[in-house]
Amino acid sequence: MPEWLQLASLTDVLGTTLRLSIPIAFAALGGVIAERSGVWNIGLEGMMLAGAFGAALGVFLTGEPLIGLLVGMLCGMLLALMLAVLAISLGVNQIVSGIAINLLSIGLTAFFARLIFGLDATTRSLAGFHDWPIPGLASIPLIGPVLFNQDPLVYLLYLLVPLLMWVLYRTPWGLDIRATGENPNAADTAGVPVFTVRYLAVIASGALAAIGGAYIVLAQVFVFTEHMSAGKGFIALAAIILGRWDPIGAVLAALLFGFCDAVQLRLQFANPAVPYQIFVALPYVVSILALVGFYGRVKPPAASGIPYRREAK
Amino acid sequence: MARAMELLFATRTVWAVVLALLVGSILILSAGANPIEAYRVLFGEAFFDRFGFGTTLVKMSPILLAGLAVAIPLRAGLFNVGAEGQIYLGALFSSVAALYLPEMNAILHLSICVLAGMTGGALWALIPALLKTYRGINEVIVTLLLNYVAIHLVSFAAGGPMMEEGAPYPYSAEIPSALFLPLILLPTDAHAGVLVGLVLALILHVGMHYTSFGFAMNTVGLNPQAAQYAGMPVKRQMILAMMIGGALAGLAGTFEVLGVKYRLFHNFSNGYGFDGIVVAFMASANPILVPIAALFLSGLKAGAQLMQRAIGIQSTVVDAIQGLVVMFVAASLALRFQDTVWARILARRREAEAAVQGERSNA
Amino acid sequence: MPHIEINHVTKSFGAFKALDDVSIAVEKSAIHAILGENGAGKSTLMNILYGLYQSDQGDIQVDGRPIRLQSPREAIANGIGMIHQHFMLVSSLTVTENIVLGLERGLHTIDLAAHEARLAQMSRDIGFDVDPKAPIWSLPMGMRQRVEILKALYRNARILILDEPTSVLAPGEIGSFLAGIRKLRDAGHTVLFITHKLEEVMQVADRVTVMRHGKVVHEVDAAETNTKTLARWMVGRDVVIELRKRETKGASAPGEIVLDARGLVAVDDRGVRALDELSLTVRAGEILGVTGVDGNGQRELGEVIAGTRDLDTGQILVGGRDIVALDVKRRINEAGIAFVPEDRQATGLVLDYPVSYNMALRSYDRPPVSRRGMLDFKAIREIAGRLTKRYDVRLRSIDQPARLLSGGNQQKLILAREIEAKPRLLVVMQACKGLDVGAIEFVQSTILDLKANGVAVLYIATELEHVLDVSDRVAVMFRGRITGLLDRADASTARIGELMAGIASGAAA
Repeated sequence: MPEWLQLASLTDVLGTTLRLSIPIAFAALGGVIAERSGVWNIGLEGMMLAGAFGAALGVFLTGEPLIGLLVGMLCGMLLALMLAVLAISLGVNQIVSGIAINLLSIGLTAFFARLIFGLDATTRSLAGFHDWPIPGLASIPLIGPVLFNQDPLVYLLYLLVPLLMWVLYRTPWGLDIRATGENPNAADTAGVPVFTVRYLAVIASGALAAIGGAYIVLAQVFVFTEHMSAGKGFIALAAIILGRWDPIGAVLAALLFGFCDAVQLRLQFANPAVPYQIFVALPYVVSILALVGFYGRVKPPAASGIPYRREAK
Repeated sequence: MARAMELLFATRTVWAVVLALLVGSILILSAGANPIEAYRVLFGEAFFDRFGFGTTLVKMSPILLAGLAVAIPLRAGLFNVGAEGQIYLGALFSSVAALYLPEMNAILHLSICVLAGMTGGALWALIPALLKTYRGINEVIVTLLLNYVAIHLVSFAAGGPMMEEGAPYPYSAEIPSALFLPLILLPTDAHAGVLVGLVLALILHVGMHYTSFGFAMNTVGLNPQAAQYAGMPVKRQMILAMMIGGALAGLAGTFEVLGVKYRLFHNFSNGYGFDGIVVAFMASANPILVPIAALFLSGLKAGAQLMQRAIGIQSTVVDAIQGLVVMFVAASLALRFQDTVWARILARRREAEAAVQGERSNA
Repeated sequence: MPHIEINHVTKSFGAFKALDDVSIAVEKSAIHAILGENGAGKSTLMNILYGLYQSDQGDIQVDGRPIRLQSPREAIANGIGMIHQHFMLVSSLTVTENIVLGLERGLHTIDLAAHEARLAQMSRDIGFDVDPKAPIWSLPMGMRQRVEILKALYRNARILILDEPTSVLAPGEIGSFLAGIRKLRDAGHTVLFITHKLEEVMQVADRVTVMRHGKVVHEVDAAETNTKTLARWMVGRDVVIELRKRETKGASAPGEIVLDARGLVAVDDRGVRALDELSLTVRAGEILGVTGVDGNGQRELGEVIAGTRDLDTGQILVGGRDIVALDVKRRINEAGIAFVPEDRQATGLVLDYPVSYNMALRSYDRPPVSRRGMLDFKAIREIAGRLTKRYDVRLRSIDQPARLLSGGNQQKLILAREIEAKPRLLVVMQACKGLDVGAIEFVQSTILDLKANGVAVLYIATELEHVLDVSDRVAVMFRGRITGLLDRADASTARIGELMAGIASGAAA
């Protein structure tokens, strides 16, 4: 039996998988909400980065991870608000808007990071969340340590998935979001405030993506580095498609990407002879292959990517 | 008055840039410096100092080519967010050609290197192009993801098979000096790459506006269905647009190797591919305007380093300003003249004229 | 007291006066038809009544109470419901979800079961047989319309505005629809029925208001008038008769077979089979009309011939040569096919291009438009100038964007460009949709001229009267097949209606 298939190793790989998928999962959940409302959020990457920056800022100033999380979410929501103004109110092409948000986020976070944290930002370790083993559950073999010996943000994700499923498929808000993403004209004539729905959905997606970014700082690396989101927001975009614009599907897709990343790390340590860069590129390659395999079998929300304007005949 | 507003509108990109610089001055203030002084140093060094201008030109070569690499696909309605990756592939292909081909005539060898670099970029762009045209997969996600694959691929090459023995970090051996691009503004590092970029911008301008090939490209970008009904080869034009873009980005990477670094370094590009997006938007995807936008942006970047040295403001402020430029330019592009009060005034006047004429011709 | 009173309403868009001092009184529990051509102002009036537009002058009273509506929400709150010509339904949601949409706010679980039960009850009460759990995409058009009406009733609408309600229905569905409208009236609802179809007005309306050019020209009780009078009021002259006379004069004997389509099979955008072993022929100097309820494969038929949609199996012979393997360009240049697409704005023109570029779209890589790959702008302008003059396209300049032209002028532009290529086969789709009477006359007479010159014409349209106006033979499509092929002389509306609904099958001529 290969070493890595033994129970302890397996627990280790699965635990790593979960941790590595968390940032992607949060961002992908945000993206699902925005896209179901009809706004394609390419800016997820920038919002994650803003979340990471805000988290570092909050912790840097107060030493409190929770405040870090909130500041991070606030930063993500601010960027999301800008995206909403561009893409929803001004009707700028949603791809252009998203790219603008990403570049703005990279520039602003790099500037303020050096300004506030100083040049030693990458070396100083910040306070973060600690693991909270859930009594009883955490001692179940294999899945216990994997699922229930984690930090609070992981548990937050566990709660968020059923919550979003309920909101999206069972409540008036969810109905409004789905209708707005499929046929904003119909939603508008039925009295749904299309613009408000899209604004709220985009801002919610910014908050969620920011939690994903904050997680990297508060539970993984405990420092802020320039452009530390490193394309995870783009992988989240692939996870949305792979997950068929559904919260559960998106999280499962994020887990798949996290698994690739975990295996990549494992192989890197197990086989130092094999060049590690090839493995680092693996999640991106898998994302593309997954898109090739799955795209077209499901349709995106019909109005996704199209700015809505009330028609004046 | 209405016509004056129309003119103001035509130049709205310029106003967006001015606005971005104004907001940027708030950032400079927050860093504890005088914005006027900062901008004076920045632009003075970048454009009116021989060495500074040389640095500007060094940066302009990849930014200009990357701008064209984004602009051409944009004309065919495709977002090439993958210029960064194509730059890396171009550098990889050209440095392989530079380092491992048998000795030959320098001009021939240089041509092969350039062709290899362009091919590398074009092939890398072919992947999203084929996925887009034949599988309907959004080219934005694919090009974004491929950037990371390309960067790691070059890291692997520069740190593995191509790595120079004893190098402290991943880079390749130096290319033969016969392949170095000629310098154009001695004693600075400015090389001929920027001149090639200017010529290409001119050629592409003619190609996009005065040829049937460019006409088909523009039509595909504006209305692919109409292009299809008119018998234009829509898929082929899209693939070609993307490959031309990839080749231009590949050329940018090639010139970084042949003109600046003389080696293949890992992580060498500093996001030039993303600067290309900024430039292409500022130029409204118009090839002849790309050099102007590229000159501005490279001046901003070159000046930033000198400004950091001169008055101690972090050069990252320029990254922030660059982000602001994209934001404001994007917003300004959305303000279509047709939607403004002034347009309504003009339209009403024209409608009245047309109505009067219509009555005359009906009578 | 009238249920709705519209008093001296005026509305302008720029210099264009869409409504000019319009006054109408609608009685309670009546079916009131608003009759008029496209552009007569009836939709504008209804959009004001529904809160989508605000009037410039005049007022509207409901139950003697003046109301000024700022949004559809306020209209709904005032008991006004509108059923748009294009249904406002979300196709991925169920009937109930669509009806409940917008009714509740906030974060709580929607009690869908309770809504479903109420809807089922309501649906039974008025004789609508709608399954509340069905997703919209699975329902035929007639059912979707019932969902729209239920949606209004579920919001307690007492006034129903129906905008061209029969245009999407098969002739067989129209009868039961009109019966349903009467039932609603008898139940105490007031119905405003916007249409340009005279027969329907006579069948169902209690009172009729005729509008033309933004003004009310007549208002009468339906019992006191007839279709002929209404037609004269509506159009202002006897157009249709003129056109038919002209057509018989220009008729010539059809020549050899130009288009011979055999066993065509193709799928639509969703991958569902849209053409099912369809065969047809068109001869030189003949117009074959193809009609049917929207979505029975007409669009796909046009597209496989034009070459913009792949054919799964089958042969398309043009002048004896199989063109299936040819791309669009070679079909244009070698087979001589010209094509007027269904959606002139989305596919016929590049709206952001100037008129002159649009005229060069199909010949962009051939002399005189381009030589050795370079565009000849002088030639492009010359061609555009000549054609816009000959086809009487009204414009300020050939440099103005095609976007700024009216629908009729845009259609003339496309026709001019297609005919200029001197085609052997012209495929025309929905040529007259949304055009005013003058433009329809021009388009149809242009097509008849082509026919007289020996061109084979495949004329695909939903509007039966337009098909009957020009065609020599009429083919009726149902579920991807031709269910009937009739000579014009034998083609009655009733017979075609049965074929369109798939009730009967016709002898292939």
